Amino acid sequence: MTAMANDLTQGAYYSIEMPAPDDFAFWREQARRLVQCGVPPDKVAWVEPGGSGDLFSQSQLGGGGANLPDPPQNASQPRASKRFLQLAGNAALHSDPDRFALLYRLLWRLQSQPRTLDDKTDADVRKLLDLDKAVRRDSHKMHAFVRFRLIEDDMPREAAVQDEVEHYVAWFEPDHHILRANAGFFMRRFANMKWSILTPRGTLHWDGETMHEGPPAERSDAPEGDPVEDLWRSYYANIFNPARLKVGAMMSEMPKKYWKNLPEASLIPELIAGAQSRESTMVAAGALEFEERPQTLPAIDQAIHGCAKCPIGQLENRAVMGEGPDQAENFSGLMIVGEQPGDQEDLGGRPFIGPAGQLLDVHLQKAGIDRATAYVTNAVKHFKYVQRGKRRIHQSPGAKEIDTCRWWLEAEREVVKPKLVLAMGASAARSMLGRTVSITRARGEAVTLDDGSELWITAHPSYLLRLDGDARMKQAALFDADLAAVAERLRELANA
Amino acid sequence: MAQQTILQKLEILADAAKYDASCASSGTAKKNSLGSSKGIGSTEGMGICHAYAPDGRCISLLKLLLTNHCIFDCHYCVNRKSSNTPRARFTPQEVVDLTLNFYRRNYIEGLFLSSGIIKTSNHTMEQMVEVARILREEHDFRGYIHLKTIPEADPQLVHQAGLYADRVSINVELPTDSGLTRLAPDKDARQIEGAMKGVKSSIVEATDARKRFKHAPRFAPAGQSTQMIVGADAATDADIVGKASRLYDGYSLRRVYYSAFSPIPDASAVLPLKRPPLIREHRLYQSDWLMRFYGYKAGEVMQATGADGNLPLDIDPKLAWALKFRGEFPLDVNRAPKDRLLRVPGLGVKAVNQILVARRYKTLRLEDVGKLTVSIAKVRPFICTPDWRPTQLTDRADLRALLAPKEEQLELFAA
Repeated sequence: MTAMANDLTQGAYYSIEMPAPDDFAFWREQARRLVQCGVPPDKVAWVEPGGSGDLFSQSQLGGGGANLPDPPQNASQPRASKRFLQLAGNAALHSDPDRFALLYRLLWRLQSQPRTLDDKTDADVRKLLDLDKAVRRDSHKMHAFVRFRLIEDDMPREAAVQDEVEHYVAWFEPDHHILRANAGFFMRRFANMKWSILTPRGTLHWDGETMHEGPPAERSDAPEGDPVEDLWRSYYANIFNPARLKVGAMMSEMPKKYWKNLPEASLIPELIAGAQSRESTMVAAGALEFEERPQTLPAIDQAIHGCAKCPIGQLENRAVMGEGPDQAENFSGLMIVGEQPGDQEDLGGRPFIGPAGQLLDVHLQKAGIDRATAYVTNAVKHFKYVQRGKRRIHQSPGAKEIDTCRWWLEAEREVVKPKLVLAMGASAARSMLGRTVSITRARGEAVTLDDGSELWITAHPSYLLRLDGDARMKQAALFDADLAAVAERLRELANA
Repeated sequence: MAQQTILQKLEILADAAKYDASCASSGTAKKNSLGSSKGIGSTEGMGICHAYAPDGRCISLLKLLLTNHCIFDCHYCVNRKSSNTPRARFTPQEVVDLTLNFYRRNYIEGLFLSSGIIKTSNHTMEQMVEVARILREEHDFRGYIHLKTIPEADPQLVHQAGLYADRVSINVELPTDSGLTRLAPDKDARQIEGAMKGVKSSIVEATDARKRFKHAPRFAPAGQSTQMIVGADAATDADIVGKASRLYDGYSLRRVYYSAFSPIPDASAVLPLKRPPLIREHRLYQSDWLMRFYGYKAGEVMQATGADGNLPLDIDPKLAWALKFRGEFPLDVNRAPKDRLLRVPGLGVKAVNQILVARRYKTLRLEDVGKLTVSIAKVRPFICTPDWRPTQLTDRADLRALLAPKEEQLELFAA
């Protein structure tokens, strides 16, 4: 070793002034020379532009390694793995003033211990990984949270192609020196746009073909507002599900420091504050917040009289409860479900006492079914009608009304426990199945319900009342056939 | 009725999409628009969450319904035919304009388009494919597109969707066939799985073709996914995990999403009125993770469930499994093979890899392991090192209580 090199390793301190805070290539060049000259890490100070040097350092200012001696002729190239260079290149973008010293210390150690990076429990290695991670996170947040705003030049639209007059400008405040390193991402993504990203650490300008760098900017240099922001805020507010408030999860990924530059963030406090009431409104709008289901027929009877969960319950009418045999042993296991009480049922307070009920009785008799042994009820408990003068004209219940009333029908079914349910008409079938079915297709065949009982579907007797002549004969025959099949099946079930 | 504005439609159709769990935009083919004359957009493998909603979910894609009119009547769905929810309908061009306007401002990574079924399944699917076509062909859009496909639609249309989209998904909706029959009477489990099978074979074919021909068309490079609703019926976690595992195996799904049933406006009477605890959904995602990254078999995750078939809510499924199979522990950190180390509660995939590398050079002590994990307290009872032996800790009856997190007062607005 020459006398001078010896002198270097003995006492002198060196100060390296970085030309730019993110100039990794410069650091790499200097670090290589320092290693070749055998300068140990504790003899080097790394100074950022504008930063002050180390008091003890000897040769500083006036151009980085100018005063560094040339490395010895026979000095070998310093060794560093690809992985180290990759990590170091990224960690060098961190705003930690000690980053270059750390990188040099690690490079120094790698010369004698090439496996240093594998020991993730080592303090320097951990620090390097932490810096790398912080820079990657900052870059990722920049990719995510840069929000472009459109500046339209005054040029009239016809004068130029739209793309040529649109200029998108964003303001972003990165934590680290990542701006230049991330220019490529925005070029690849917004290749055909004209855009600028302004930051307190510098600016980028892309015109669709070339990239220019500019001096640091201030927030006031960036435009305020963009017409599309209202749409974006509306999207943000509506895609949020108030039933799933998880503020902590949001805060960890989108910390408050970013909020001031995100147009949607101003909505957050309001959305959080309103979430609980929005959720309860959502539930209440379902209007199905029923209490415990009543457990006996008299209790159901009482409850349905107070029910106003759907518009039918709010008309001038009264609920009509189902009815069946007074003794359990007289029950054949058959439950007959119609659509809803009509005018006469509403007045009389009992199911199937009007014209349709009388017709039903005739057909039941024909099939050999004793109505007194069946439980007879309706899918909807109130009479739906429109008033025309003195007359109340029957209206079919809507799907929503049927679904709402299903609650009560299921309560009845739970108490009565039929073996076989005969649903007459589309409303009754929907009430049992929860979907609209075609009577023509569903009739004549049993559907097994959740509790093991059987559902048979047929037409409603009032349908027969509306027909004449041949059509009526034909439908009546079909109806009789359905009832006969039910009667037969009931006998089988009774004997089983 | 007066014409709805774009803003009004967006309010309705974004609101209707908020129950969908997926918003992922990762794992697709790399694309960028540099050097193209009119192209816009890029995908670089990793997805980017551009915002987070107060429900903790990320916003990566513009998640919309093309329309929330629907001829189906699924009970769990706010858009079902019999619901009184306000309705709206976008034209394909309107969705394209919204997507591009948001994309140019860097609000999103792309589009996630779903739809209620209007007229016929085929008609609806055609409209959705048209959105993707305009974006890709007329605007040379190279961002991410996720299309929700309709199982009842013509397979040819589903195939078309896969040619434009990065990812396609077909929802299985409910973990059991009986649940589907009860809650989604218009849907058919066989049809849903048939459509998944079709997508799988298209993906396999396209991958094969690309090996031979450089310019063979890509088909859904980000694969296919599905979603299951949790807590709308009586299906247990064991049912759900079993179903998910069968789907992963059978249709090479990239992801199964679990969406906790949430109370919807205008709910149907057959649904529960209360939402399931959100933590249940989280536990299912954790168990999903165990199957995908930790080498657990579905049967093993099921072993972690309680007598009711559900995963415990207070502790994670990995810890639950370890507590049930204490005989497998403690493991010697310096000798145990990788697949065993992955079973240690508190050790993630990354920590295990770091341990494997580090122990080539040194013998790890407890302190060294502590540096690689978030909490050594959780790990300690299940490992041993030269300076640490958990002696009777794994036999302690109150071990679960020691490791389960303490009840905490939830903060409304943690900063």
